[in-house]
Amino acid sequence: MKVYRKLAKSFYRKEKCIHTDEQAFVSAGLGGYVAVRNGIVKGSRKQLEGVIKCLLAACAFVAVLTTVGIVLSVVFEALRFFHKVPVQDFLLGLKWSPQTAIRVDQVGSSGAFGAIPVFAGTLLIALIAMLVSVPLGLMSAIFLSEYASRKVRTVVKPLLEILAGIPTVVYGFFAALTVAPLLRGLGRSLGLDIASESALVAGLVMGVMIIPFISSISDDVINAVPQSLRDGSYGLGATRSETICKVVLPAALPGIVSGILLAVSRAVGETMIVVMAAGLSANLTANPLEAVTTVTVQIVTLLVGDQEFDSAKTLAAFALGLLLFIVTLILNIVALQIVKKYREQYD
Amino acid sequence: MNENSIDNLCSVTDTVRNGLARRYRAEKRFRWFGVCAIFLSLLFLVILFGDILSKGLPAFSQTRIKLSIFFDPDLLPADNLESADYNALVKSSCRKLFSEVKDRRSKRSLYKLVSEGAAYELRKKVLQNHNLIGTTRDFWLIADDELDMLMKGKILRDSTGRYNQQQLGWIEKLEHDGRLRRQFNFTFFSSGDSRDPELAGILGALSGTILTLALTLLLSFPIGIGAAIYLEEFLKKGRFSDFLEVNINNLAAVPSIIFGLLGLGVFINFFGLPRSAPLVGGLVLALMTLPTIIISSRAAIKAVPPSIREAALGLGASPVQVVFHHVLPLAMPGMLTGTIIGMARALGETAPLLMVGMVAFIVDIPKSFSAAATVLPVQIYLWADSPERAFSERTSAAIIVLLIFLILMNASAVFLRRKFERRW
Repeated sequence: MKVYRKLAKSFYRKEKCIHTDEQAFVSAGLGGYVAVRNGIVKGSRKQLEGVIKCLLAACAFVAVLTTVGIVLSVVFEALRFFHKVPVQDFLLGLKWSPQTAIRVDQVGSSGAFGAIPVFAGTLLIALIAMLVSVPLGLMSAIFLSEYASRKVRTVVKPLLEILAGIPTVVYGFFAALTVAPLLRGLGRSLGLDIASESALVAGLVMGVMIIPFISSISDDVINAVPQSLRDGSYGLGATRSETICKVVLPAALPGIVSGILLAVSRAVGETMIVVMAAGLSANLTANPLEAVTTVTVQIVTLLVGDQEFDSAKTLAAFALGLLLFIVTLILNIVALQIVKKYREQYD
Repeated sequence: MNENSIDNLCSVTDTVRNGLARRYRAEKRFRWFGVCAIFLSLLFLVILFGDILSKGLPAFSQTRIKLSIFFDPDLLPADNLESADYNALVKSSCRKLFSEVKDRRSKRSLYKLVSEGAAYELRKKVLQNHNLIGTTRDFWLIADDELDMLMKGKILRDSTGRYNQQQLGWIEKLEHDGRLRRQFNFTFFSSGDSRDPELAGILGALSGTILTLALTLLLSFPIGIGAAIYLEEFLKKGRFSDFLEVNINNLAAVPSIIFGLLGLGVFINFFGLPRSAPLVGGLVLALMTLPTIIISSRAAIKAVPPSIREAALGLGASPVQVVFHHVLPLAMPGMLTGTIIGMARALGETAPLLMVGMVAFIVDIPKSFSAAATVLPVQIYLWADSPERAFSERTSAAIIVLLIFLILMNASAVFLRRKFERRW
């Protein structure tokens, strides 16, 4: 044993001896390397890191640029539109028929740009969508978070989320080719005359699309209500449904309201379902069985296939876009504000 | 006094007891509402999928007619094979099959059973193999879309349908001779759009989608991650960071059609980029998915515990090194998950692409970023507008393909999350 150790030691010493020269060389090199790293190169590294930081900041700035781009592109064209059509005519007019003269010398078809029927149609469809999605989404969320077992929850929740992942063009196709004929047949057997492109169909399908949106937000909010509130209510002898209706929901109300506002903003901005299932004719009506048109439908029909950007017709689309942007922005900001205030209460 | 209070108590418990049945009923009813809500939502999901599958699955097969084609050397001059009259070959073969058909109108209605695409198929075969000329061969050629619909039972076999009695007789004879059969629809996957439903395919839309999404990914992934890193790691909390955060949150909720207006106003009108091109579509979708990627990447970076940063800093790493050597690799799975979900959204997006003109009728398969192209959802929108029944079938089939892609992407996101999810 000892012999071995001795041998090893001597061998080690020998190795050391052999390598001293090289080691000196290496250590000198290393020292130089370290010196370089700490000295000259460190300066360049700092520069490099500065450049990297600038690049990262530029990335973050793209988001700001996008907002600026949206505002500029929409505002400029909208201003040009308002030069041709006065703002009050646009906002308060009751007739929407954006046909302008095809030839310059043509008479009598200057087009009417009163956007009230368009807004009314948008609101009607959004209202129907909300009437479908709020009860269904809210009740689903309540059931999943308060009644359902863990097993049911893990199965049903992702299934509901699938509804949110389906592209809107698929909903539009389904609405136009399956739901619309179905409702029309149903209406005929009941003696009702349902237009083939009715507000009801578009609103109904849009409502289904929004169900998972409402249910997932409500679910989060309901789960955030502290258990102690429920326990207190049970302790006073309330049943589960009484606890939910009188304790949990009021506590969760701000969050749910903000979720509904976000959902409204989505319903207002939704395009494909209404393009495919709602009509083009701007009827000023509250009857959900008739065809109505929406802001997004008008933007699409005014701009698709049109290449010239001087006519009031195409510019009107940007004015509608500006309005849509402002409305959704306000809804989003209000909703986020409500959520922020609400969070401070329980955390 | 004492008795009185006991009486009171009794009456309270009585009222409670009397009310109990009603309250339990209300409880049951409430629970039942919840079950109904979930059931209705899921029922809709089932109906939607059932409807699209039942409509779309038949489109994956296609009716073909067996015709013996005589490659007549007179009709196929060797110096002009490219533009010879291949239709005439199909016609003469049809005439041979039903030699009793003499007058012109009947002949024309006979030719209508075969698709115009049959001539292209023959042309391809001849150009590949010149030895065919002068021989007679049997080929299964594409049938007309109406005949296809008839074979699939979507059009009734009586004179109320598109076909008259004479044509129905021919079809019966063809069936009897075993000259009609359904086989896998390769055309659907190998060709671009067409006015004829039986020749229309999704390859053009698919390659347009791939080009557009490639550009979207190339732009939004690095920019999104860069922005997230900057916001989480380098930017001091303050008014500016609040402003950026509000900005990004709002962008995430802006309707997609507004991004289309941005693309039209800025990229096409101001910068003069080509309309209908994947270039503009990709740019617009990149801006649209950016907020999603930034938000999820920030969440992933936030989830990396500060102890790791502190350890790296303690060992002498610079802040940039800390981020790129330690934080980024650990946050990468979360970032990738967010990116995949963002890309899945971009894949299904239609409205902004309508705005930048990607709705043209395009037969050619796009090969570059500046070529006119369309994408799968827009193709669905275009076909959904077509009156032919066969197009409605193809629309559903295209939706099935789109949904398969979406399911694959979402499944891979879920897989990534499961596999790399870490609790610190």
